[in-house]
Amino acid sequence: MSHATGHTLPAGEHTVTGISHNRLLMWTFLASDCMFFGSLIWVYFAYRGRYFEGPYPREVLDIPYTSVSAAVLLLSSFAIVMALTALERADMRGFRGWLLGTILLGALFLGGQYYEFTTFYHEGLTLTSNLFGTTFFVLTGFHGTHVFIGIVWLLVQWLLSLFGKLTPAHVERFFVTTLYWHFVDIVWIIIFMLVYLMPY
Amino acid sequence: MAEAAIRLEQAGYRRSALVEWLTTVDHKKIGILYYWTSIVYLLLAGFLALLMRIQLAQPDMHFLGPKTYNEVMTMHGTMMIFAVAMPLNAAFFNIAVPLMIGARDVAFPRLNAFSYWSFLFGSLLMWSSFLFGHAPDAGWFGYANLSSSRLYSAGPGLDFWDLGLQVLGISSIAGALNFFVTIVNMRAPGMSLMRMPVYVWMVLITAILILLAFPSLTVGLFMIMFDRYFNTNFFNPLHGGDPVIWQHLFWIFGHPEVYILVLPPMGIISEVLPTFSRKPLFGAPFVIFAGIAIAFLSFFVWAHHMFTVGLGPVPNALFAASTMLIGIPTGVKVFNWLATMWGGSLDFKTPMKFASAAVWMLMMGGVTGVMHATVPLDYQQQDSYFVVAHFHYVIFGVIVSGLLAGTYYWFPKMYGRLLDERLGTWHFWLTFIGTNLTFFPMHFVGLDGMPRRYFTYSAETGWGTWNLVITIGAFILGLAQVLLLINVVKTMRQPATAPADPWDGRTLEWTIPSPPPAYNFAVIPTVRGRDAYWIEKYGDGHHVPAATDTTQRREVHEPRHDNPGHGPLPPGVHLPKPSWWPLIVSAGLTAMAAGMIMHGTETLGPLGFPIVGLGAFVVFFGLLGWHFEPAIEHEEAHVA
Repeated sequence: MSHATGHTLPAGEHTVTGISHNRLLMWTFLASDCMFFGSLIWVYFAYRGRYFEGPYPREVLDIPYTSVSAAVLLLSSFAIVMALTALERADMRGFRGWLLGTILLGALFLGGQYYEFTTFYHEGLTLTSNLFGTTFFVLTGFHGTHVFIGIVWLLVQWLLSLFGKLTPAHVERFFVTTLYWHFVDIVWIIIFMLVYLMPY
Repeated sequence: MAEAAIRLEQAGYRRSALVEWLTTVDHKKIGILYYWTSIVYLLLAGFLALLMRIQLAQPDMHFLGPKTYNEVMTMHGTMMIFAVAMPLNAAFFNIAVPLMIGARDVAFPRLNAFSYWSFLFGSLLMWSSFLFGHAPDAGWFGYANLSSSRLYSAGPGLDFWDLGLQVLGISSIAGALNFFVTIVNMRAPGMSLMRMPVYVWMVLITAILILLAFPSLTVGLFMIMFDRYFNTNFFNPLHGGDPVIWQHLFWIFGHPEVYILVLPPMGIISEVLPTFSRKPLFGAPFVIFAGIAIAFLSFFVWAHHMFTVGLGPVPNALFAASTMLIGIPTGVKVFNWLATMWGGSLDFKTPMKFASAAVWMLMMGGVTGVMHATVPLDYQQQDSYFVVAHFHYVIFGVIVSGLLAGTYYWFPKMYGRLLDERLGTWHFWLTFIGTNLTFFPMHFVGLDGMPRRYFTYSAETGWGTWNLVITIGAFILGLAQVLLLINVVKTMRQPATAPADPWDGRTLEWTIPSPPPAYNFAVIPTVRGRDAYWIEKYGDGHHVPAATDTTQRREVHEPRHDNPGHGPLPPGVHLPKPSWWPLIVSAGLTAMAAGMIMHGTETLGPLGFPIVGLGAFVVFFGLLGWHFEPAIEHEEAHVA
């Protein structure tokens, strides 16, 4: 049985590096996505403090609440690693269980973000209220979109495994999904530190 | 649809030619699609340039009004960059790269088709703005807040620009991912990185540049979209927004973009000069590392587009220094090309003419580039025709000339025919004369203070004479391109008799028939050096055979296929299967952009979001269908 940290190629694929095409594609895409979030974060900082009117960050940001939702997303990274190792052991029941757990944790994070956004909205922070609202919602919104896409992707794979279309032979393909999921997680850690934890 | 087509195919029916092109995943066909789409756009965007030249031929002309002039100017620039230069480069990535690295296709054939269809649909979306009477009119770099505020740019023009560019950006990023993985993962045995042909190196570097530079534009375009659609204040100074942020984001993308455009043609020059000088590229590792240095430095020079913004003397000095540094690796390339030709047995076939002219015009554009890097000089030259002269020398003189060299060079690999040399020579000289007659006098009027982008000028400026010369030059340049079309038509009426290796080439694409069979290589070659085929033919000694000396040339051609691509597949070869899904996903993506544009209009506004939703639906189920379709064609299903 293959091992995720080793380089396992799908049947019939030969590569110069020994890294599968799919895996290399994902790493390369993530490098590009780093620049995407890098630009967004840079814009956030370029406008940081140029808020002509409230609500200001310290009035609305709820660090304990968001710490919990960050922890939820981090836990989902743990769950997806468990799903991957289960798939490597050909333990399909375990795989589906952990995968469903990952999906639910991701959905819980998104639900938390939805609740956070509506709370801010009621406190007067909107996309157009001031530059904090604009940059905050656009930055965290794009991250949320990444989480949403990840959830849809994982849900499709969960359904595929239910109908026997995703088997231990597809471990490389699933590994690529986990790369994406971990990346989205790491981006949130960075956003959480820079937007929420950095004192104003 | 796809299933039905395949079943028909298995039943022995040949798919119609149209279906074959719509569903193709063959890099050679996708390259041809890219090629002709970009050539049509080159003529269209060139036609726009001629309209501008008529307007500017004499002072106080009333041929185009200011509004139309702005639209024509913006579309000329935007389409030349994103729908001509980039996809024409992508055409040669497709036509040449897999053949040069000894691969049977790219790493992701369907993603490759997706890149093409997104490019086609995205560019058509942008062109269609003319039909609605609202073409974008804020210049190709769409400075905020002219572009971001509906107060200053009413109507959907800038929405076409913003969302059309997003679709084209996705197409470029998908293509760059594909070629990065292809080059890194699919080289023939023995082809280490330093044995890779220099063109392939330049494509690899370009792919990295696209991947790292485009996201900055994507973010900027999203910000403009939010400002225009959702009343955010990213670029509205009344609420703390800063239009200069757009300039930073745009040029952090925009300067690497210059090298995204120019590095692959530099790679073509680096292939053509050695072939027609019958010498290896002088100091090839230096040319490669110069390309890497240029790419690296290109991320640290963006603010030289912004010297007059008022960033202050320290940033201006730093960016002036980093910009001048780029002159060093560029100079290395020029000297190595000259040294390649030095002492070679030169054969000035049409590709060689275009390539060597490109070297000279790179020097012209490069020297004025160093002038702009000098801050006080730039203060004088900013937004004048001097700048227009500079970047057209690079974009037309180097990029388009390099791509035309590639056209004559690789045409046999596209169609199995050699373009006519006599017509090619006329094409070259008229293009060369036209280019210099058009762009050189722009230096004069530019230094004399003629501002770019103005739709007219008054008679007392005294710019009328030179502008008339420029206009005459532009018409020569435009008409010269008709010769290329005549040449193609004439050539295509003749039988496909080009030999596999018409130029006595150096790289692997010349080892296989012209045009190559669908599977490219019956047997994957083993590579022993940078000039892989040359070494097989002549050994790797330093002896330079003269052009006529073919006695010691070892024939290693594969047997010619009378009907390439239609024979039985060699054992063990599996071809990627034709697919409708790339086309469907691209259509969905473009529908999302089109719906968003509709949402911004008064009449079609309510239709906007439903169409965005429909597009997203098509993308999602298109990707599902893509996922479920097996990627590899089985031998029994193969008809070619």
